[in-house]
Amino acid sequence: MSTYTATLGGHRYRFGSLARLLAAASPERSGDRLAGLAAASAQERVAARWALAEVPLTRFLAEQVIPYEDDDVTRLIVDTHDPVAFAPVAGLTVGEFREWLLSEAADATALAALAPGLTPEMAAAVSKLMGNADLVAVARKVRVVTAFRSTIGLPGRLATRLQPNHPTDDPAGVAAALLDGLLLGSGDAVIGINPATDSPRAVRDLLDLLDGVISRYAIPTQSCVLCHVTTSLDLMERGAPVDLVFQSIAGTQAANASFGVTLALLDEAYEAARALGRGTVGDNVMYFETGQGSALSADAHHGVDQQTVEARAYAVARRYDPLLVNTVVGFIGPEYLYDGRQILRAALEDHFCGKLLGLPMGLDICYTNHADADDDDIATMLTMLGVAGASFVICTPGGDDIMLNYQSASYHDALYLREVLGLRPAPEFEAWLAGIGLLDERGGLRDTGTGHPLTAIGRELAA
Amino acid sequence: MTETAVRNDELWPLLRRHTQARIGLGRAGSALPTRHRLGLQAAHAAARDAVHSPFAPDTVTAGLQGMPTVRVRSAAGDRPTYLQRPDLGRRLDPVDRAHLPAGDWDVVFVVADGLSSRAVHEHAAALVRATTARLPGWRIAPVVLAEQARVALGDDIAHAMGTALVVVLIGERPGMSAADSLGAYLTYRPVPGVTTDADRNCLSNIRPPLGLTYEVAAGKLAGLMGRGRELGRTGVELKDESDHADVLDRLR
Repeated sequence: MSTYTATLGGHRYRFGSLARLLAAASPERSGDRLAGLAAASAQERVAARWALAEVPLTRFLAEQVIPYEDDDVTRLIVDTHDPVAFAPVAGLTVGEFREWLLSEAADATALAALAPGLTPEMAAAVSKLMGNADLVAVARKVRVVTAFRSTIGLPGRLATRLQPNHPTDDPAGVAAALLDGLLLGSGDAVIGINPATDSPRAVRDLLDLLDGVISRYAIPTQSCVLCHVTTSLDLMERGAPVDLVFQSIAGTQAANASFGVTLALLDEAYEAARALGRGTVGDNVMYFETGQGSALSADAHHGVDQQTVEARAYAVARRYDPLLVNTVVGFIGPEYLYDGRQILRAALEDHFCGKLLGLPMGLDICYTNHADADDDDIATMLTMLGVAGASFVICTPGGDDIMLNYQSASYHDALYLREVLGLRPAPEFEAWLAGIGLLDERGGLRDTGTGHPLTAIGRELAA
Repeated sequence: MTETAVRNDELWPLLRRHTQARIGLGRAGSALPTRHRLGLQAAHAAARDAVHSPFAPDTVTAGLQGMPTVRVRSAAGDRPTYLQRPDLGRRLDPVDRAHLPAGDWDVVFVVADGLSSRAVHEHAAALVRATTARLPGWRIAPVVLAEQARVALGDDIAHAMGTALVVVLIGERPGMSAADSLGAYLTYRPVPGVTTDADRNCLSNIRPPLGLTYEVAAGKLAGLMGRGRELGRTGVELKDESDHADVLDRLR
């Protein structure tokens, strides 16, 4: 291990390893303090950034933040690194890399070609030297396009996950919320339910319900019931209509173990889902959620700061060419991201790092009631992430999820974002909305009231 | 009744019988109408206040109708520390650990305040009674009432008391529609610092009448406990098959 040093204000600061340097350079957040990794002072933090700016990118290939022999995520990162893709930036330091990313040379084509040559730690490192505006400016240049029954990530598009959760998985309650979301133009990324239990029977019932509605109304979207990957494998064997395999993942082998997940298990599920061939316009079959703090929460962070560990989870995700990846930023609580300011910063970092590494990055922009944040923070974050070109956002009825007990964006929030930024839904879904009379002549959402034929979904429940 | 029997203005009120989700709110431009925006703010204010309401163990003791109880605190001395230091909420206060009884029990129930003491005050005692009623022949330890507690505090408690199974009933994070939701976490032979969340089974949203009822939750919990004891493990390998026809086949 090398020692990294910088002098600031007449004081010489020393950082004993790349992991220590990255942690000290990270913008302030409660989780790094909890882990005992944060810079001890504001000046030490800036000194770490001076030192980090001088580190050559090649250093990240020589010094791993978690040893190769201890961790299968490190092995995945090292073994799949593409030196040819890396070549255009191989001579740069982290500070120079920031400037290159912001330059015109780093256009959509160059950034797409670079992704396999970057390690998560390089992306995390450069993010620590970037301001919020930098994170927006670079991320918006990156385009990652994926498809299943709809196409996600095209320029000028913003997709949404319709999240009709119910605290007891009651099919009628789910269907009522599903109708609400569809009438508000949501669901082109996925119609995704977090089930209250991981019971295979309950998950199967929800899958059948969603598959029935998607088939009946020929909706160009995909469903997902967010159960454990082993439950999905079991259900696929039993012939259930599984469009996307979901799994929460993290950036260390030990944290993934705490989720009951191994790379071998994900490999198996990926192959099984692809074999079903249920996509129409594409075959991206995986859906991952991540979030800063999960590794620390599982005591599996190996002394690496939470933003760097989060970026490492994207190395796991990109192995599977996922349709969707979203960070659930703010869900984990104030011990990791204390307030709206820290949640915003993390959202921008995660989106930037995910896109830079080649992922179809979306967000669950959210907060819990024990964090110091509110619906104004949602609006701020949503606007910045819309400008940054987020692939999709999760939306809930009225911004309130009654199953997971947290607040996220609402369907209304997504309409706001489409309105102010001129963003449109996924093309297949937009055509479907137009075909069933939910779009006006300007492409905005028509207020059809309860007279629309889709309300048959609800009328059958209500009658 | 046929579909046409539902008048348009009746549809959302009828659908709201099936869910507390904020559906059919209408729009002001793209945004929420004023009354719904203020309604959300009111719910958020109530939840914010609920997070900070203190735990009252006497309320739970009274509801347990004579079952023996023990009180403990975690190593997080107060609410602000608890919110910022989950590691301390997972460890027993050393003095209280020394006072825990050890014995030859099959299971210990831990009633933990978590993030909503209101959920615990309203539901925990009834759920303990409904569950223990389904466990004839089980040797049940005194119920532990834990303050400033997280789920993994149960690992420390079970370890200190020498109990094979621990069931932690804990107040979940308050949401906007639900500030009184109780979660149940089942862990077999936990080892503090070694056991992970993948080693647990969870039931959430125990919150009658709108969430899981005591009877349904107790049935699922007792079923998981029985199978967990039989298999000698809990976690992702133990599925909730209580409503599954082929449950016996899968268990052999």
